[in-house]
Amino acid sequence: MSSPASTPSRRRGKRGRGSNPPTPQDARSPPSQKRRTDESTSTGDLQPMPTSPPADAQSPGAADALFSSPPQFRHSAIPLDFDISSPLTYGTPSSRVEGTPRSGARGTPVRQRPDLGSVRKARQVDLHSDGPAEDIVATEQSLGQKLVIWGTDVNVASCKEKFQRFLQRFIDPLDKEDEDIGLDLNEPRYMQRLQEINMVGEPFLNVNCDHLRSFDETLYRQLICYPQEVIPTFDMAANEIFFDHYPDSILEHQIQVRPYNALKTRNMRNLNPEDIDQLITISGMVIRSSQLIPEMQEAFFRCQVCAFTTRVEIDRGRIAEPSVCKNCNTTHSMALIHNRSMFSDKQMIKLQESPEDMPAGQTPHTVTLFAHNDLVDKVQPGDRVNVTGIYRAVPIRVNPRVSSVKSVYKTHIDVIHYRKTDSKRLHGVDEETEQKRFTEERVEMLKELSKKADIYERLALALAPSIYEHEDIKKGILLQLFGGSRKDFTHTGRGNFRAEINILLCGDPGTSKSQLLQYVYNLVPRGQYTSGKGSSAVGLTAYVMKDPETRQLVLQTGALVLSDNGICCIDEFDKMNESTRSVLHEVMEQQTLSIAKAGIICQLNARTSVLAAANPIESQWNPKKTIIENIQLPHTLLSRFDLIFLMLDPRDEAYDRRLARHLVSLYYQSEEKLEEEYVDMAVLRDYIAYARSYVNPRLGEEAGQSLIEAYVDMRKIGSGRGMVSAYPRQLESLIRLAEAHAKVRFSEKVEAIDVEEAKRLHREALKQSATDPKTGIVDISILTTGMSATARKRKEELAQALRKLIQSKGKAPSLKYQQLLDDLRAQSETAITKEMFEEALRALADEDFLTVTGKTVRLL
Amino acid sequence: MPCVGDWLNSPLSIVQGIFAQNVPNSDWEKKVTEYFKEKLKENNATNWVPSLNDVPVHYLKPNSLVKFRCMVQDMFDPEFYMGVYETVDPNTNARVLHFGKYRDVAECGPQQEIDLNSSQTVTSERQTFYCVPVPGESAWVKEAYVSASQARVSPSTSYTPSRHKRSYEEDEDMDLHPSKQKEQHTGESCWCGGDIHGCVEPKRLETEASAGHHVISPNCSPPLDLNFPLPGEKGPACLVKVYESWESFKVNDVLEVFGVLSVDPVLSIVSSEERDSSALDPMECMDTSEEQRVHSPPASLVPRIHVILAQKLQHLNPLLPACLNEEESKTCEFVSNFMSELSPVRAELLGFLTHALLGDSLAAEYLILHLISTVYARRDVLPLGKFSVNLSGCPRSSAFTEHLYRLIQQLVPASFLLRMSIESMNRARLVPHKDYTANRLVSGLLQLASNTSLVIDETQLEQGQLDTAGVHNVTALGNLITWQKVDYDFSYHQMEFPCNINVLITSEGRSLLPSDCQVHLQPQIIPPNMEEYMSSLLTAVLPSVLNKFRIYLSLLRLLDYSISDEVTKAVEEDFVEMRKNNPESVTADDLHRMLLVARFLSLSAGQTTLSRERWLRAKQLEALRKARLQQQQCVNGNEL
Repeated sequence: MSSPASTPSRRRGKRGRGSNPPTPQDARSPPSQKRRTDESTSTGDLQPMPTSPPADAQSPGAADALFSSPPQFRHSAIPLDFDISSPLTYGTPSSRVEGTPRSGARGTPVRQRPDLGSVRKARQVDLHSDGPAEDIVATEQSLGQKLVIWGTDVNVASCKEKFQRFLQRFIDPLDKEDEDIGLDLNEPRYMQRLQEINMVGEPFLNVNCDHLRSFDETLYRQLICYPQEVIPTFDMAANEIFFDHYPDSILEHQIQVRPYNALKTRNMRNLNPEDIDQLITISGMVIRSSQLIPEMQEAFFRCQVCAFTTRVEIDRGRIAEPSVCKNCNTTHSMALIHNRSMFSDKQMIKLQESPEDMPAGQTPHTVTLFAHNDLVDKVQPGDRVNVTGIYRAVPIRVNPRVSSVKSVYKTHIDVIHYRKTDSKRLHGVDEETEQKRFTEERVEMLKELSKKADIYERLALALAPSIYEHEDIKKGILLQLFGGSRKDFTHTGRGNFRAEINILLCGDPGTSKSQLLQYVYNLVPRGQYTSGKGSSAVGLTAYVMKDPETRQLVLQTGALVLSDNGICCIDEFDKMNESTRSVLHEVMEQQTLSIAKAGIICQLNARTSVLAAANPIESQWNPKKTIIENIQLPHTLLSRFDLIFLMLDPRDEAYDRRLARHLVSLYYQSEEKLEEEYVDMAVLRDYIAYARSYVNPRLGEEAGQSLIEAYVDMRKIGSGRGMVSAYPRQLESLIRLAEAHAKVRFSEKVEAIDVEEAKRLHREALKQSATDPKTGIVDISILTTGMSATARKRKEELAQALRKLIQSKGKAPSLKYQQLLDDLRAQSETAITKEMFEEALRALADEDFLTVTGKTVRLL
Repeated sequence: MPCVGDWLNSPLSIVQGIFAQNVPNSDWEKKVTEYFKEKLKENNATNWVPSLNDVPVHYLKPNSLVKFRCMVQDMFDPEFYMGVYETVDPNTNARVLHFGKYRDVAECGPQQEIDLNSSQTVTSERQTFYCVPVPGESAWVKEAYVSASQARVSPSTSYTPSRHKRSYEEDEDMDLHPSKQKEQHTGESCWCGGDIHGCVEPKRLETEASAGHHVISPNCSPPLDLNFPLPGEKGPACLVKVYESWESFKVNDVLEVFGVLSVDPVLSIVSSEERDSSALDPMECMDTSEEQRVHSPPASLVPRIHVILAQKLQHLNPLLPACLNEEESKTCEFVSNFMSELSPVRAELLGFLTHALLGDSLAAEYLILHLISTVYARRDVLPLGKFSVNLSGCPRSSAFTEHLYRLIQQLVPASFLLRMSIESMNRARLVPHKDYTANRLVSGLLQLASNTSLVIDETQLEQGQLDTAGVHNVTALGNLITWQKVDYDFSYHQMEFPCNINVLITSEGRSLLPSDCQVHLQPQIIPPNMEEYMSSLLTAVLPSVLNKFRIYLSLLRLLDYSISDEVTKAVEEDFVEMRKNNPESVTADDLHRMLLVARFLSLSAGQTTLSRERWLRAKQLEALRKARLQQQQCVNGNEL
């Protein structure tokens, strides 16, 4: 915004800040855009011929002035009370025409920073200095501390010096940021950044305010309070250092410092008049962005009589057209030449409070952002961003015709830095905003909590307290909420290891499965809740649709993708149709989602834990059947669930009694009383979020050993009876569960107790779901192959018996179907159903022993 | 000291007085609120304040004190304004301090200019709520408020001059700013459907069009959508500016606000001027024209209220004291008086409802329980105390539901009848959604205040196919009933808004929507003319008795309730016993329901603790209800 002639003064009674204090940048040489540096000033004596292309005009002049460059680098001049940005006053011809070779600080054009509102004219005051000094550095040093920017306590020289020291010295070996790949943490970090700028050529230096604060508290405070004065000073400092080190570097324009992560990070809701003109960081979601608005920074006028040209800079959003030509004194002869005027890019963006920050029952706030130059089009609607910028309030313009004005200000933020929170999710790093949420006391509290011996039980109890008992299920879900550690085996070709735990709940209707799902969905920040009945494959994955506004094809993501890094709760899993279910195969093991639709072929991340609930086919669980038969889900899908729980209605008097007491208490206890009994939901949520982002347990030696033992034991159980009772998938499940349990304890190492609990829970779940109803033995193959080993064995035996029977019949080429069945039945001791018989026939047909055509069986 | 008329008619002058007295320190704001609090506490003082609900805006004097009973429909962004500002007279250089609170426009004299750079300026913050009259408010509630209002008693003195003054102002303004006239007329015409051809100056049209305004057809601009949740609502929508503790208010809260009415026509002018200039200057066009329209609508249509005092209303019922939890003797007296005659009232109400339900006393019993139910707590996601009833077996013909609804309307303060049909489900906008272009929350039918009775008529539902919107709408209704929440659509995400709505579903068979309790209606009589029958029912009830019904239903909702340990034991035993006998049919859900029935049964008799007898009665009711359902199933089975 370039017209804030007066931002409302927030410091009442303080020095009246009439308009804005001078920005040192204003004091810089006026050529503010690269195009302009190439051209002459408006002083008129040196204007280039319109015919000569600007770029060429530079070189000859450059050669002349090469050795005589006057002190043009005068950005730190503290000018007096006059309009410094007018070329007439300040732009000494030399400063522009001497265009040095394009390297070094002097040669690199300065680019205006509309984000700082650099185009303002301001009354400027220097209480002590004696006017624009030629040798700035000397003057400032002699003036020492007396010299401050008017209206602030910022001393340009010391501020610059401090910042240079910061750049040169700041080291934080402990700092971990995902952008730091390739940085040597023991070297000054920002010097490396400058080196990067030299190599890459992107003249922006992002500075983490947190670093600055740990380095120099005062400087940080100054930056926060007077960003529009301090940041240009930082710019100068950075450029000086940069061009000292890399004098030959060629940049598009001078380096601009972009601070981010101002610790005054605020929720949009907390913005108040105190923050006006301060540097703030807020997070939110982009909901609308305008088209690019070319904003005229400087108008180019030419006299139609004598071809004299002049430039006029924008002043408070308006261009004052010169009425008289200064050269020939003709009135109203100046015409605007559009294509020689200068424009900068600008964009209006609406940012809405992120849903997490919103108090319940209120609608989200929005705030307007203005992005300038490079930051235009950096964000799209829907992006989650952290914005650092300067908060502005502008009075609604006084209308000359009306004496009274609206007493309301318009507010917006001039963006200095964006930090997308979304893009980082692709790298699997948890959001900074999420980490930021915890105050130190909170972390302390959580850690204190984690030390309690019974924390696991305690948290499990806190989970959905309104649902009675089902402790193991709650424990399972608790572990699911924490998740395992993410491992990367890409280099060994295995790709990502799944860290998410999937859980299936099946059981009788009315056992509050849905309620449990709802609870989980409400607990986790990125949860999705769908019902198998209502969702289609596309609703779960992604679909392509035409955007009504842009008419472009856009990919709309479904529940699974939206719950990336969260939990996808799927109710009525059994009611889902086949095609929908099939997309889950990929998601639940590979954690990705491949899409090939309408020319869009891509793979999306879907690192989501699935919490599904299914009802038995016969509405009541039939204990005489296996789980596969009960819920009619393919075993391929079932084996992808780490834990499968049965939620059955226990027919037990003691249970009934407890349940009744629990329910009755729900109906009369006051809310406060309910609260204090358990760890409350907010704490639980924070606890989980903290553990998920900070705790990353690794397997300890001991734990590894006991995992191996456990796995070998599981395999052994089966091998005794000639069947496989455990597969690598089960081992992986165990590892995940053990890791999750370690996370619950905030432990960086998985220990034996974690493995013990993982084993117990796993066994518990298996006992419920994978028990062969015929033999009563836990049989994992029910889940992995859909059939218990005994059933398979029986099938084989039957096929063999049938084969013998046929062979005993001699060389008859064909047999009657019914006859054969009757014979087999007569021979066998157990009852043989038609299905079993057909299965046996099919098995023999597969062995090319016979073929079945209609009602006859032919031998081959 | 200013007299009564003063604080009513020109509250700002009082604020000015307090401001002038205390100007150096900032506690003048507190003193202002205290002053008005005191004033309003005086005997019946609130009744003297004219209410925007009953008095049309153009009868009210600008800048006078008004009250408004409303629901917060949307919350706009907070705005910064000049809390204190200074004006300068360019000739004499005299400086004067003014306050900007309770005002939209920073006023200054003809010879003065506002010094925007003054060091005395204080920037403050206020919050704007977009408020609409309580959706579905029953006619009797409105009438009762109107008749209680004493502001109407003195019209001749306050109204006539105010009208004069206003029209005078209008004339003056119109000369200066034709735009205002236009806006005003557009507004008025939208309201009363009048014609505005004549008034529109061609010149004005031109500028409007050039500014990208919507008016092109000469007939009328599209009427400003006042964003009422329910169709056919009337009454002013209001931009309520809240100055303190706005965090405590939530969307869908019902408020009563006292504040300064601002209908300054300048408001519309400023925005239209802006629009003009924005055409020249792209920098200024921060907001789209839709957003402009929504956020600064013409003041004649959407007046502004600058709140001095605001309070959340516990209930809407004008027959009850506004605030019940206060330990005031008057309130206590009222409650105890009413409690003493509770049982006859209950009996009468039961009789009345029995007749209304065609002679089915069991259904009437359940209907009472339903009408006094309210969500009293939430246990993690589980709302406690909701009791939605599905009244199945309703006669399909003869518009039974319509008539029943009319009776319910007479009993509850706010209600809405949702006629469910394939078409209406596909077309209706149930869930509020955010319109990002206009930057507002576009309301939907389900944006209702707490304790609104929602009657869903499923008897008219025919076979057909629901489209996507229809499925969403049905899901939303299901969520509303099961979880008592509505997920508002914010397009990039959904946001959950808890609600507390009593849902009654009438259907022929079992409803396709979930419900807490299904009661099958067994009509004893089928009146040949339903309409006659129902209206005769209503006329048979004395107004005083009707009022007692109303008090009964609203009051019992607010009572506390507890269960003693003894009874808890008994209930436990009972439950265990029941499970032993028949584990299949008695589940946790049944216990939930029985406890609910017991709760409301006790409350309906004015008892705040559960007694053994009530528990048995609750069990008995449940058994009767279940038996009826089973019977019904058998019948259906036979038919099939």
